[in-house]
Amino acid sequence: MTFRKYLVLAGVTLFAAIGDILLARGMKQVGNVPLHGLPDIVFSVLNPWVALGIFFLLGFFAAYMTALSWADLTYVLPATSLGYVLLALIAKFFLHEQVSATRWLGIGLISAGVGFVTQGPALTRHPWHHDQPDLEAEPVGTRAEP
Amino acid sequence: MKHAYTWSAILAVVLASTAGDVLLSRAMKKVGDVGALWRRAGLLTVAGRILRRPSFLLGIFMMAASFFSLLFALSWGDVSLVAPASASLTFVANAVAAKIFLHERVDHRRWIAALLVAGGVVLLAA
Repeated sequence: MTFRKYLVLAGVTLFAAIGDILLARGMKQVGNVPLHGLPDIVFSVLNPWVALGIFFLLGFFAAYMTALSWADLTYVLPATSLGYVLLALIAKFFLHEQVSATRWLGIGLISAGVGFVTQGPALTRHPWHHDQPDLEAEPVGTRAEP
Repeated sequence: MKHAYTWSAILAVVLASTAGDVLLSRAMKKVGDVGALWRRAGLLTVAGRILRRPSFLLGIFMMAASFFSLLFALSWGDVSLVAPASASLTFVANAVAAKIFLHERVDHRRWIAALLVAGGVVLLAA
């Protein structure tokens, strides 16, 4: 794990939390969507907060795909779940939602899970590396590594 | 009724996004380290190689399904319940799915992490 890779994981965490917050704010403006009005949910992307939230979630997606290209799914998911702590803080101070003591305890447990998994290796096996000849077989001299 | 809607939507998010995560993880492992590939072959090559993966496209479709389920859930419940509950239940489902479908070595450390997160979810919903 290099510094650059930790930056990617931080990007996954931050973009996801900010994106979710913006979506929540937008959907509160849109209001409760009844089950029979389900197709209307597509038009909720026209709400500016929802649109901005989607923009952040695209950034999250790019960082997430990058992380998944060199780390296990069962590493990336818990390693980036510190975002919920961030989410609760923002929900409390910007959306004025009630965050009860038990919810804080739940957030604490999730954070403990993050601590556990990040002490382990990021990648446990490379199951498909052999069907990637172009990564391995190319002569080192032609690589334009900085 | 409000709770039933919220939790049904959360369940839909969990199922769709677990399927999506597994498919996307599979696609990206086949593509390989995108940072190294980008420096070597450029962004277009990276994008082309990712977009040619059928599992990537199917994964995107499942993610879109989970996204709209999430919007639905958010219109009914608090974000500090809906977002962590759906995402961390997804994480537990993912630990099982990653072991079965991706053959990741989910060791005791990762199971403990899964249990801690699951416990956290129960408290979030309390």
